[in-house]
Amino acid sequence: MKSLAELAAIKERMQGKVALREGSGETRIVVGMATCGIAAGARPVLNTFVEEIAKENLTDRVTVTQTGCIGICQFEPVVEVYESGKEKVTYVKMTADKAKRVVAEHIKGGKVVSEYTIGNTKI
Amino acid sequence: MRELSLNILDIAQNSVKAGAQHIDITLMETDELFTFAVKDDGCGMSEELLARVKDPFTTTRTTRKVGLGIPFLTLAARQTGGDVTIESSVSPNTHGTLLEASFYKKHIDFTPLGDIISTVVTLIQGNPDRDITFTHDMCGTVIRLSTAEMREMLGSVPLSEPDVLVWIREYLTEQYGQIK
Repeated sequence: MKSLAELAAIKERMQGKVALREGSGETRIVVGMATCGIAAGARPVLNTFVEEIAKENLTDRVTVTQTGCIGICQFEPVVEVYESGKEKVTYVKMTADKAKRVVAEHIKGGKVVSEYTIGNTKI
Repeated sequence: MRELSLNILDIAQNSVKAGAQHIDITLMETDELFTFAVKDDGCGMSEELLARVKDPFTTTRTTRKVGLGIPFLTLAARQTGGDVTIESSVSPNTHGTLLEASFYKKHIDFTPLGDIISTVVTLIQGNPDRDITFTHDMCGTVIRLSTAEMREMLGSVPLSEPDVLVWIREYLTEQYGQIK
């Protein structure tokens, strides 16, 4: 049986780490979560990014956040990747599987998955 | 929307956008009826906005002039014989909004609830500083989660921490598993 008391153990384990991490997010993954994004399947995309970033131990330098309507609803789910010193990358028509590949190749490997970017996608 | 849990996420995001600190999501089920309510203490809507909020040509977004969240939900409710009601106040002491949606579960057009656990996890991930309570009453068996109670245990560790999100998912999965 899981209980709230287990959160105290997470607190013990995390407290030092979280303090170190604050402000060090070099990479930001932003998922559009307005009506258009949600209806198009943004929820599993967001959750896959969160899980993969944790699994690959990238939480020290990568944060995953949500935003409202970006304005290109026909391309939803839309994901923007901001890396310090680099141009923003906009991924469109995302899925959970595509999110896994973006984490492996772009976030971890440093190579943009250009076939999923807005410039290479037709509606 | 393919799942009601997506409508619930969408409606709760409106509460976030309205600047709510407290968001209460309550699901109630009987054999016949499924209802959910989202109550917040956000800025509320004026009578004028409230009157036209079910109109698809009403939206708070700035990127275009169509807003389909509430029209989608109203359609999903009405096609089962249910409905959506919205009360709202902008007065300084009682500002906030209460949305209630009801559905007849046995109607062939009833949209399944779907992955409500992912909705709760997603909402907390994006809004770790708000007080969100989630309650699901299934014919008297109640599942409950309160981020304020979690925060008491976690101290300064944010609720958006991946380990915490994993815990939420496992906790709710276990609670639902015991009912089935």
